Amino acid sequence: MEAVVRKQRRFNFRGSLCIPYFVFMALFVVFPLAIIVYYAFTDELGFFSLANWATVFTTRKNWEVIGQTVIISAISTIICLLIAYPIAMLLSNKKFNKNKVLVYIFLLPMWINFVIRTIGLKALINGLTFALFKFELTDKYPLVAIVLGMVYDYLPFAILPLYNQMLKMDKNQIEAAADLGANPFRVFYKVIIPMTVPGIVSACMMTFMPTMSSYVIANKMSENKTSIIGNLVAYWFADSTSDLRFNIGSVISLVMLMIIGISLVLEKTLGNKEETQKKGGIW
Amino acid sequence: MVNEAVLINSEATNRALRRKAAKAKAGKIVANAFIYFVLLLMYLPIIYITVFSFSGSEVPGEWTGFTFANYGLLFDLDEVNSRMIWEAARNTALVAVTAAAISTILGTLGAIGIHYLRRKWKKNTLDFITQIPVVNAEVVTAIALVALYAFISARIVKIPFSFITLVIGHVVISIPYVVLSVGPKLEQMDPSLYEAAMDLGATQTQALWKVIVPDILPGILSGFLLSITLSLDDYVVTVFNRPKNNGTFHTISTFVDSITRRSALPTQLRAFTAILFVVILIVMIVMNVKSHHESRVILKKEKNKND
Repeated sequence: MEAVVRKQRRFNFRGSLCIPYFVFMALFVVFPLAIIVYYAFTDELGFFSLANWATVFTTRKNWEVIGQTVIISAISTIICLLIAYPIAMLLSNKKFNKNKVLVYIFLLPMWINFVIRTIGLKALINGLTFALFKFELTDKYPLVAIVLGMVYDYLPFAILPLYNQMLKMDKNQIEAAADLGANPFRVFYKVIIPMTVPGIVSACMMTFMPTMSSYVIANKMSENKTSIIGNLVAYWFADSTSDLRFNIGSVISLVMLMIIGISLVLEKTLGNKEETQKKGGIW
Repeated sequence: MVNEAVLINSEATNRALRRKAAKAKAGKIVANAFIYFVLLLMYLPIIYITVFSFSGSEVPGEWTGFTFANYGLLFDLDEVNSRMIWEAARNTALVAVTAAAISTILGTLGAIGIHYLRRKWKKNTLDFITQIPVVNAEVVTAIALVALYAFISARIVKIPFSFITLVIGHVVISIPYVVLSVGPKLEQMDPSLYEAAMDLGATQTQALWKVIVPDILPGILSGFLLSITLSLDDYVVTVFNRPKNNGTFHTISTFVDSITRRSALPTQLRAFTAILFVVILIVMIVMNVKSHHESRVILKKEKNKND
């Protein structure tokens, strides 16, 4: 009898519920990444080789695309942040926005297919620039058009984390700073911005990461003239006829993962700094 | 003398107050202008398409007179593009609902399991794995699955791209969001409720169904809705993992992409977008009014209780 009870206690019924989830994730998330690593370090016959890396890094075009992607993503992220921050601030302000309807209005475009929205934006700005300056923006300045497309598509993703963070913000601190004689600019720099750092970081992540891989927006907004890293990966896996297409595609995927890894480390250090600041603030 | 001083003083404060009020009012006007300007920019492309859905011109931007022709064409199933639009819409909905259902079930079970794991390292490993599809680039998620199928096809058994591979891809991108929206609800739950149910004679399965699941239902629901949203908007995973046997399988994203490579947006797609926009708008309004009404009912009840 006692043995049965003990056995029952040892078997963690609720914990065991995650087994199907674990199996699925191991099979379709972890294992595929391991295969990417395998392809990146082997040749077409399956022997260990670093030749793919050499091929990727000695091709000038790849460097250009990688640099271009980081610049496009960084500029889009900064513009998104500059627009999203004041909007999130106003939306989270109870005096200004009494009910949540405005928030929903900002998020609503997310439910309309992004390819359709991008095509609409392209038609609109081309029509506008043609009427005013007699040229089509996507034709003449594809990079500007891509940044516009990225900002347009990812703005809601930047607003949401900032809005959530600002709802959590301690309003008393702002009032206290103002009462103690800080002018509005000082309050903003010394109180509001430090309190919303986690929101800023996650808004950056929500826009920077997807802008690197969403090559559909880049294709549409530049009429296929400008490539980003996403294009390269898609090219090697879908269109190339080379024997090494998976191997070289995998190397570029790993390069992309490295960029993501670097930005994650940056995020961690920034987030930690914020935490220590908070701890210091209590004392 | 004293009275006069007070009078002057109060006049000064009044003036200061008035100035402050005027400043606040000006600030509010600027804030409003900014918000509505950005909103206008965000909606302009959609409004542009909607307006020109009533124009018969080949490209949006030319107004050739008001007409419902595009709407007629959209519902004319003999026209090849119209038929493909509806087929793509059906495929999109089918994939989204199937994938969301699977990720909701697997993800909810996963979240419960992770929450009640006793060993810290197991918990941390699973939390880490959950984060992978979230931070990973979508292209890499998509091609990693392609590499997986190629790897297995070359060595063990041939895996053709089918509806199943497509759904698996969509589950991969949406399942972390189910886990991440159910997890916090489990944290908030009172752990003694489950123990109480067990003490009162419920089996573990019963306690799970009757105690845990109802408590975390809001999290499960928002996870399901998030999955649907992600799946509806997906392009990259769909393009790489869709069925490749008989003809081209299209969702709305891939259809619009492939058709606009060769030509402008088909005129009936403008009508389709306009209808989509209006439907989403109505759903949004109904949900808002309902939640507004519900919160009012709750407020009233509270008030009655207090009285």
